[in-house]
Amino acid sequence: MKYLEDIGSYFLMLRRTFSGFTKADVLRELIFKEINDLVMSSLGIVSFIGFFVGGVITLQTALNLTDPIIPKELIAYATRQSIILEFAPTFISIIMAGKVGSFITSSIGSMRVTEQIDALEVMGINSLNYLVFPKVIALLTYPFLIAIAMFLGIFGGLIAGVYGGFISLDEFIRGLQEDFIPFHLVYAFVKTYVFAFILATVPAWHGYYMKGGALEVGKASTKSFVWTSVLIILANYIITQLLLS
Amino acid sequence: MIEVENLKMRFGSEEILKGISTVFEQGKTNLIIGQSGSGKSVMLKCLIGLLKPEAGIISYHNKPTQEMNLNQQRMLREEIGMLFQGGALFDSMTIEENIMFPLRMFSNQSRSEMLLRVNEVLSRVNLDGVNTKFPAEISGGMQKRVSIARAIVNNPKYLFCDEPNSGLDPKTATVIDNLIQRITHENNITTIVVTHDMNSVMEIGERINFLKNGLLVWNGTQEDIFKTKNEDVTDFVYSSNLFKKIRDVQNS
Repeated sequence: MKYLEDIGSYFLMLRRTFSGFTKADVLRELIFKEINDLVMSSLGIVSFIGFFVGGVITLQTALNLTDPIIPKELIAYATRQSIILEFAPTFISIIMAGKVGSFITSSIGSMRVTEQIDALEVMGINSLNYLVFPKVIALLTYPFLIAIAMFLGIFGGLIAGVYGGFISLDEFIRGLQEDFIPFHLVYAFVKTYVFAFILATVPAWHGYYMKGGALEVGKASTKSFVWTSVLIILANYIITQLLLS
Repeated sequence: MIEVENLKMRFGSEEILKGISTVFEQGKTNLIIGQSGSGKSVMLKCLIGLLKPEAGIISYHNKPTQEMNLNQQRMLREEIGMLFQGGALFDSMTIEENIMFPLRMFSNQSRSEMLLRVNEVLSRVNLDGVNTKFPAEISGGMQKRVSIARAIVNNPKYLFCDEPNSGLDPKTATVIDNLIQRITHENNITTIVVTHDMNSVMEIGERINFLKNGLLVWNGTQEDIFKTKNEDVTDFVYSSNLFKKIRDVQNS
């Protein structure tokens, strides 16, 4: 019963988020601030993880393909497919659920605890539109992060494979181009947009409707990470079933 | 003027407000006093629309809020200034941005005009030169004054204060009380202060409403409160040793 109530309140939150709009110039400023806080500030960690995980995928594939009959190009092919289909969109989104999701929950939760949300409401401002809508719009730029993760993941794979002596540069490039299906990119970015929406709204719900004090803000952040990850994994399964099977 | 008629509120099975009727007069500081848990803050939240009452009528200048459409309700909110217990200043904004916030939201003034108004209200609350500081960089008393400045920057018709003196030393508390009263008289606004501080009652209490267990058990003026025979009120007023001693001196 509690879960049903929570799902209901999540959808009611969405309805209020997309109504009663704040003044346009204020919203514009908030959106740019959120792009900086949520997307640009994650550039470093996403690049770092993308590059090294790409390298590890290549190393693991190369070390497990010891049969001389299997062409070396398969290493690059496997790296490309793993990174574009799953690692960049899904794995990075789970990491973002920890970084961006916790940030959203704790910042909105702290505002709830210190009556800042009440202050907005008393002033006649739709606090959900003011707080959540700019985050949803800012995370429309999230695929930009995922594209960088894809590029750096493959680049990391190339460095690890070529400079580790597992594959030549020519073989790696050939492997990357082999059986490339452009729709896989469409699939990856479609699910990235869905994950971005989950990343913006689920942690916001946990922060906005939290009750209690500072301790509960921490608990809400943890819960928000768990539920955002669960929903990303579930959405991943459903989208894959719908688009690829 | 704000009129309240038969205001009822409950959380689950617990009845918090049990049918309160009273009038808050314009140009006066109207106090809601009572012990912790008496329903003061719930009543305040009902008045400003943060909580929807179970029953009852709240009228702002004879216009019941229940009869207002969404646009009228929004316009009413623009006429309300609120001083929260903890200040509720936006952490991520400077003092200047905090005070400018309602102006940015509801007026079409240029930045220089808004800045002029911000400096005007800052000097009104005796705070000059703190414009670029963040709330965390100033004291609790200063935060309260900034909060008052933000509440009055849009020239509200109604000012609500939730325990404005909590956590302040007696001297700063008196400064805040006097500031609230001065603003009320100068702007001829309807001010409602929720407090359990008897010093505030002495400083600014022009109309006093005493709540106990969700019921309005007494109301009157500052002079009346020391003459009343109502036991609930006398228990509350003379719960402090200071007031007991004053009474004893007066009686002797």
